[in-house]
Amino acid sequence: MTAFRITNVQLIDPRKQTVTAGNITIKDGLIATDDPKASTLDGQGKCLAPGIVDVGVKVCEPGERHKESFRSAGLAAAAGGVTTLITRPDTQPATDSPETLEFLRKRALSACIVKTHQMATLTKGRQGQEMTELSFLQDAGAVAFTDCDAVVSDTKVLARALTYASQLDVLVIGHPQDPGLSSGASATSGKFASLRAIPAVSPMAERLGLERDIAMVEMTNVKYHADQISTALSLPSLAEAKRKGLDVTAGVSIHHLTLNEFDVANYRSFFKVKPPLRSETDRQAMVAALESGLIDIISSMHTPQDEESKRLPYEQAASGAVALETLLPAALRLYHANQLSLPQLFRALSLNPSKRFGLPGGSLNTGDPADLVLFDPDTPYILDRFGLNSKSKNTPFDGQRLQGVVLATFVAGRKVYGR
Amino acid sequence: MQLEHLLGIEPLQPQQIKKILDLADYYADQNRINAQNNNALAGCTQVNMFFEHSTRTQASFEIAGKRLGADVMNMSMEASSIKKGETLIDTALTLNAMRPDLLVVRHPHSGAVDLLAQKVNCAVLNAGDGSHEHPTQALLDALTIRRSKGRLQRLNIAICGDVAHSRVARSNIILLGKMENRLRLVGPSTLMPSNINEFGVEVFYDIKQGLRDVDVVMMLRLQRERMDGGFIPSEREYYHRYGLDAKKLSYAKPDAIVMHPGPMNRGVEIDGEIADDLRHSVIQEQVEMGVAVRMAAMDILMRNRRKNTKETNI
Repeated sequence: MTAFRITNVQLIDPRKQTVTAGNITIKDGLIATDDPKASTLDGQGKCLAPGIVDVGVKVCEPGERHKESFRSAGLAAAAGGVTTLITRPDTQPATDSPETLEFLRKRALSACIVKTHQMATLTKGRQGQEMTELSFLQDAGAVAFTDCDAVVSDTKVLARALTYASQLDVLVIGHPQDPGLSSGASATSGKFASLRAIPAVSPMAERLGLERDIAMVEMTNVKYHADQISTALSLPSLAEAKRKGLDVTAGVSIHHLTLNEFDVANYRSFFKVKPPLRSETDRQAMVAALESGLIDIISSMHTPQDEESKRLPYEQAASGAVALETLLPAALRLYHANQLSLPQLFRALSLNPSKRFGLPGGSLNTGDPADLVLFDPDTPYILDRFGLNSKSKNTPFDGQRLQGVVLATFVAGRKVYGR
Repeated sequence: MQLEHLLGIEPLQPQQIKKILDLADYYADQNRINAQNNNALAGCTQVNMFFEHSTRTQASFEIAGKRLGADVMNMSMEASSIKKGETLIDTALTLNAMRPDLLVVRHPHSGAVDLLAQKVNCAVLNAGDGSHEHPTQALLDALTIRRSKGRLQRLNIAICGDVAHSRVARSNIILLGKMENRLRLVGPSTLMPSNINEFGVEVFYDIKQGLRDVDVVMMLRLQRERMDGGFIPSEREYYHRYGLDAKKLSYAKPDAIVMHPGPMNRGVEIDGEIADDLRHSVIQEQVEMGVAVRMAAMDILMRNRRKNTKETNI
């Protein structure tokens, strides 16, 4: 493959935390030393950053391909500047055997235009009773283990699984939420939920779940990542775990960074996510924690749902939102609000997830894979959900003003999206 | 602002509430002198869709419609297509195609009636959605209070019991607050919604303190069907602490009225003798006002609807 050069761009480097005007040369799918003789592509002064590595994406294969397939998820990712998908194992059936994982890898390779890595479940069928074949699954390519929102409530089962995982040095992802307290809830307790009479859960359920998980980490020494932190109540416990030197990191979903409980308004089920949207105070605490680095990773928590599962009374409607294509423009709201710089955003979108999952890239160093996103952070538009590439259109941002468009996405030096 | 649906008390202006109550007052008197030949809803089709069991509310809406000359149809949705897997929206669209004028809906989930109203062309009346709102109940309670006390402001009103699961309580808190009354909520902390103190009410866990010098005592039914576990240790302990009896009522003003939205659990939240004591109890009058309020609400919605269609025709 011949070399080519993207000139006249603002290089966003999350490792050095800098924005500099410059050029970048790509050769054989990698970022190469600058070669002025290579053919050029004019970046017209726009921003170039390492492609987004999105942790916890639900591609509905196998089981619910009408909601999202590897093909549609790949197109959506490319359009959103996401160059690597780390997929969730809460498929139907669950991704709990090397055979299923093998099937997914084959499907992804043949249909998905961006890179994918699979996660597998920690327990069989996400039932919380027996651990999966962690070692076989690791050999088959699982990059992490998680039961997603099916919290393992039997701590004896969990302790054994974590001990075994620790010995294999694999990453385990937890969903910090006390299963008893949060059962049946679809809102955060408070004035709004009381007024709308939606079954609600105290944000304390998240702290209970997180503190339990942290105690288990201390006991087993496992590598642990909390998929979503969403309330201010959890932050002191997280900070304490990091201070103690435990191998703990945490993520936050784009929705908990940019929306709050009042967005649900008159029972708008497209705003029903898990955990439920929180108060504005919580949202601001999440932004601050991201800025300080206490929270490491932003993810889309892309969860496609068809219209039938969403167009129901709020309590009965399915949780989750599609977000691959809105992740970057929504995150740019924090940049436009002067809360986070672009390098800070890409530290949480690209660099930290790459590091945590042991993947190359996430920065602009020579020799890194040329997974890149060229974007204009300023172009405003109004989102039309029917213009999304995802098969499911359940976005909370429909009809909202967003600012920032992806101009081109490169995966291993190959242009997979351009406008 | 013109009312298109009656989905809750929350969107209503005090002026609109007053307008409904004034008309209901008129209908209440008309009903008493047996002048039941009003034909305000003649030629209208009213469909009562109850996704949750109801006797009194459904009967009240049916009588109200018939007194105004509407063609009333009752659909018991518990036994219908919902059981066959049809979604709420499909049911709504199917019904909408039959072009009813008024749709009275009760549903076990909060917000469901709102969702349905977005999908149909007719006027929708919320007859109770989950624990959210029950606007006609709050209106009939307001009318009962106004007729008993001669006014609907600056009254001390205690709402007692299972506030957390009660749509009657939510609608009443909003309505009575809008009309500038002083509200107290009385009940065990497990049956209070979270952050309830932000609703502009005073919360009492001791019923004797809570009832001190109130003008109105509103008792609520213990809604065991909406509870998902133990909220109170036992019914006898609840009755002992919160059941309304003569002793507890003696803390209220001597002329205080006692209300209950029904159906009552005698010996659980209210003593049978208090319920039947006509010096205090207005429970039967509440039922009577229910018909009048529903007549008024449906009449106003239909008038607005006719006005709107006329405008679009021109």
